[in-house]
Amino acid sequence: MLTYTADEMMTVAAARSLLNGMTCFVGIGRPSEAANLARRTHAPDLVLIYESGTIGAKPGQVPLSIGDGILAETADSVVSVPEIFNYWLQPGRIDVGFLGAAQLDKFGNINTTVIGSSYAEPRVRLPGAGGAPEIAAACKEVVVIVRQSRRTFAERVDFVTSVGFGDGAGSRQRLGLTGGGPKLVITDLGTLRPDPETGELVLAGVYPGVSVPLVQEKTGWDLAVSPDLVEIPAPAETELTALRELLSPTPSAARQLAVPDGAGPAARRPVGEGVLS
Amino acid sequence: MAEIVTLADAIAAAVRDGDTVAMEGFTHLIPHAAGHEVIRQGRRDLTLVRMTPDIIYDQLIGAGCARKLVFSWAGNPGVGSLHRFRDAVERSWPQPLELEEHSHAGMANRFAAGASGLPFAVLRGYRGTSLLANTTGVADIVCPFTGETLTAVSALRPDVAVIHAQVADTRGNIQYWGITGVQKEAVLASARSVVTVEEIVDSLEPRPGAVVLPSWTVDYVAHVPGGAHPSYALGYSTRDNDFYLGWDEISRDRDRFSAWLDEHVYGARPQVAAGAGIKGGAEC
Repeated sequence: MLTYTADEMMTVAAARSLLNGMTCFVGIGRPSEAANLARRTHAPDLVLIYESGTIGAKPGQVPLSIGDGILAETADSVVSVPEIFNYWLQPGRIDVGFLGAAQLDKFGNINTTVIGSSYAEPRVRLPGAGGAPEIAAACKEVVVIVRQSRRTFAERVDFVTSVGFGDGAGSRQRLGLTGGGPKLVITDLGTLRPDPETGELVLAGVYPGVSVPLVQEKTGWDLAVSPDLVEIPAPAETELTALRELLSPTPSAARQLAVPDGAGPAARRPVGEGVLS
Repeated sequence: MAEIVTLADAIAAAVRDGDTVAMEGFTHLIPHAAGHEVIRQGRRDLTLVRMTPDIIYDQLIGAGCARKLVFSWAGNPGVGSLHRFRDAVERSWPQPLELEEHSHAGMANRFAAGASGLPFAVLRGYRGTSLLANTTGVADIVCPFTGETLTAVSALRPDVAVIHAQVADTRGNIQYWGITGVQKEAVLASARSVVTVEEIVDSLEPRPGAVVLPSWTVDYVAHVPGGAHPSYALGYSTRDNDFYLGWDEISRDRDRFSAWLDEHVYGARPQVAAGAGIKGGAEC
């Protein structure tokens, strides 16, 4: 019987969302881990693009930062930071932007800036925007990967760092955002997708052993359930083996699994329902 | 023409109290040793500009050098928070820190505008974000050709740019490669510049993809091998990831941070040891 953690299930589910041949603008942390897993398994021709200017990076292990030397050494091309944003991201050349979040709301807006109602006097100061606002605006689609809790999944984010569907349907068009916005949110319990009519995130998939009420309990808004709700298959042995190999050369890489820190304990925690098997 | 001087002389000549200083290097080639020299020389009231104010600015902020920070992502890459930065923002220690916050695309374009001698740059960005209501230097602009509403960001024109590069020649021409970040723009946007280098050679070897800053675009060059540590210089060193992990512990506590600063910055000779005292952090 395969034993795996909720974090491993989440990373595997995220990797599966990336198709072979796609171009993917990768955020650091779990997005980078999932994208590298996809490249190691079903998507060997996935093109990884990091904001450090490395295009087509092929690291053998998960880099700790978006600027590790292995990214430049294995890239098809390395360009300057102004160029990566202006020539490569902005025109909409990139298929999928892969982001983390400290807080996410029902319209898929992302906060990585401050927790608390006051920007000037924040309860928690987070790292800030980085490349995310323009990744969220310009990529053809966006995938968000974030652990789920009532605190993290808020009715409205305290600060809109990166726009999902804004105030709901039509917001992206009104704002002139050229990319398609969030297509999928992957958590440690399952997946959410936007309702095509309203832009509101609804529960689209749950992992084996996770109940719908549990996911709703861990969501800060009244989470609707898709009529097409699916149970997401457990990690296959090949996926788990590849993931563990990807992480094993750098034990310290485990530390990067946290979403942008500051919202709470960054330590890895066991799966909510005990070990799934 | 650039003068080749000691690091201490370069910082003394180029960086003054109250200056706007951009120390750039996007994960790669971060000028840590130069940052330590700024701390040692006791500079105050600096406006620090940097896309990713990671450990180097955590140290400058914690040491009380900074009045204001202009930035787009303030974290310890791959590890988590910058605790000295957070302590300054959340609890005003050791002093309040004014913030001017942008996105990476915005900051990169602001440097490019400064390097281009233009008052602003244009991009598609910031639309719909809360950044607009909480920062300066961002405004809507209508395209005169299509009528599309775009975003203008004001140019950055620092007093001083400080960068680290792999090589200089004896005339002060600078060459660097790998992840080249926004250093060229930072140097060309700034009134003065300091470049620390791993190596000084008789003449630069042509290298495809490398950035060359001619000597006449740079003011001071200092030979500081290992000057990027715990960041790295491609071809010379690797990123000391253990230092980044270790910094999380050191920087959480004010006393421990201060003791680290006393030992490894104030107590260190110039050009020595950005990373001593942490496992994996060999002297550079």
